[in-house]
Amino acid sequence: MSERLLLRGGRVIDPARGVDGAFDLMIENGRVAELGPKLPPRGAPVRDVAGCLVAPGFIDIHVHLREPGREDKETIATGTRAAARGGFTAVCAMPNTTPVNDSAAVTRFVMDRAREARSVRVYPIGAITKGSLGEELAEYADMQKEGAVAVSDDGRPIGSALVFRRALEYAKGLGLVVIDHCEDPTLSHGCCMNEGPVATRLGLRGAPAVSESVIVERDIALAELTGGACHIAHLSTAAAVDAVRRGKARGVRVTAEATPHHLLLTDDLVREREYDTSTKMNPPLRNERDRLAVLAGLKDGTIDCIATDHAPHSVDDKRVEFDQAAFGVVGLETAVPLMIDRVVGAGHLKLAQLVERMSTAPARVLGLPGGRLAPGDVADVTVVDLKRRARVDPEAFASKSRNTPFGGLELVGWPRLTLVGGRVVFDATESAAG
Amino acid sequence: MSAPFPHRHLLGIEPLAAEHVVSVLDTAETMREVLGRPIKKVPTLRGRSVVNLFYEASTRTRSSFEMAERVLSADSLSIATATSSVQKGETLLDTAKNLEAMNPDMIVMRHGSSGAPHFLARHCKAAIVNAGDGFHEHPTQALLDALTLRQKKGRLEGLKVAIIGDVLHSRVARSNALLLAKVGAKPVLCGPPPLLPVGVEQYAPTTTRLDEAIEGADAIMMLRLQRERMSGAFLPSTREYHELYGLTVERVKKAKPDVVILHPGPMNRGVEIASEVADGPYSVILDQVTNGVAVRMAVLYLLLGGSGGEA
Repeated sequence: MSERLLLRGGRVIDPARGVDGAFDLMIENGRVAELGPKLPPRGAPVRDVAGCLVAPGFIDIHVHLREPGREDKETIATGTRAAARGGFTAVCAMPNTTPVNDSAAVTRFVMDRAREARSVRVYPIGAITKGSLGEELAEYADMQKEGAVAVSDDGRPIGSALVFRRALEYAKGLGLVVIDHCEDPTLSHGCCMNEGPVATRLGLRGAPAVSESVIVERDIALAELTGGACHIAHLSTAAAVDAVRRGKARGVRVTAEATPHHLLLTDDLVREREYDTSTKMNPPLRNERDRLAVLAGLKDGTIDCIATDHAPHSVDDKRVEFDQAAFGVVGLETAVPLMIDRVVGAGHLKLAQLVERMSTAPARVLGLPGGRLAPGDVADVTVVDLKRRARVDPEAFASKSRNTPFGGLELVGWPRLTLVGGRVVFDATESAAG
Repeated sequence: MSAPFPHRHLLGIEPLAAEHVVSVLDTAETMREVLGRPIKKVPTLRGRSVVNLFYEASTRTRSSFEMAERVLSADSLSIATATSSVQKGETLLDTAKNLEAMNPDMIVMRHGSSGAPHFLARHCKAAIVNAGDGFHEHPTQALLDALTLRQKKGRLEGLKVAIIGDVLHSRVARSNALLLAKVGAKPVLCGPPPLLPVGVEQYAPTTTRLDEAIEGADAIMMLRLQRERMSGAFLPSTREYHELYGLTVERVKKAKPDVVILHPGPMNRGVEIASEVADGPYSVILDQVTNGVAVRMAVLYLLLGGSGGEA
């Protein structure tokens, strides 16, 4: 009495095994059973996915689910539904909740809630330091035992080089990656956008690109010193991309991610939209030179993967003066069509490279399961309708929050079906009605 | 009168075309005539209501707007932060909605956050006048400075105008540089490098040497130096600032003999400007105050009573 599903006629891309072609995919008991041309259904229900991409499940390693503490902005239930709707089969939850996820108890809470939500997989990220205060190390082994897959003080840059060194050393012993939000707060204090001619024109305090790159340089030097693994979150500047490229060339264990908004937008948008707070995030939108450098870094592999930095905020935290508004944009429900239309569609990446950077690479960076569709693998599958054209409709988001700069944008290539362990957690043909 | 004024709000100098700048100045000249009459009251804006919403302390700008509103017979109401529910933590949006419910024709706002007037314009039906927002713009100050210069020099085109001091934190510098460039004058910006923002060259040629800026200038605009800048490691001391960038009688000699000196006030005597200069013959600081009322009357008239057009 096995449960089966046949995905018929899609373009299956599995970069881990060099697969790219028209194949049927048979799923049985939550696992990949068979991949081949024109498989007979043998009684299995059939989903016609012609014109669709069939890929190992996309993984977003940088997401803020806000629970516990700010359930008005997002919950684990709504955030994971947003992820499923956006074509992701797994997300990593940043620990800057209230309380901070710096203990086994909070990690366990996140895992329990995620299980109850019955949507996509949630991998908690534990804090680097207790309370993310940048002083004492949190108990990594305890959190790891409950399911934490990495450590980060995202949003709260680690000021002390010594603490960061110790974190890299201690995490190395446990096989954990340390994810750093790279920002020198003495250079960016009070800033609400990128430093440059646009900030000058708008009369807003700008954070220089160097406030990111000096810490990236420091982190890479410390990763080299300790042999620990460091992952740079939301890379946004040319100088930081260059630092990572040089670090990798020397063999330092450094990896990096970039967000769709830093790949596609620049600080000019803050001016065009006349202080629209949905253009405010941290790191801020940079200039065109930085944007092109991030894109080039994504192409040549300096930047390993795409991550959204999904940062939900309530209307009240955003509908205020620009310098008073909360930092961050939601990203889970726009990343796939943005990347397919504006990055692959614009010729910057091949579709197979995109799959690698949204599935295979994020799994590799943090050592997560998934990112491959070999027979016997757990059937986490992302199916994207490559022909569907639609506008970004924030009102239809499954997320509790609507803070996106992409509202109203017409894009081609939307998630069609999201499977976690063979189970449908999102089906566009069903949700079209509601 | 002049070219029709096509704007619903005055959020900054940036969106104005040169002809509309001139149109405000021409209208202000007419208003000056009203201010010279024995009975300083015309019924132009009778029955129109204006709210002055001031989130930052201001004596000069607020009283100037209030005077302009009274002379034009508008009904006006001034709200300063110290006496409003802002102190109780009310958001700008809620304040705006409450004011909106009183159906004012115009809201004049000063606010510490750049872009706050744009926010208000998005959420209110009233015409919005920016009376200074953060470091962004202070359009009526630039207009009154231009009016003063035009009166003294008979023209704006071709004038070399040195704008000196804390450009980084100055909305006055930004609005003035934009306006002067629009009407064909030649602004030059000058200040110590930590107080010149990145990309400042987009406004005007820039120098860090005071003598270079003043050389042959037709006018000098001194910017106010906020004393709290010393704490942000921008500068070591007001004394050294005065040594390098303070306007003294000796330095003024490098400018044209008929140079005029402007200051948006309030002045820090002995810091950015020596008293002998501030009180000297080339100082037009008090003309600026009179022109301030005339320019604000012109703005009120053009946005409320004039030949208003599209949004």
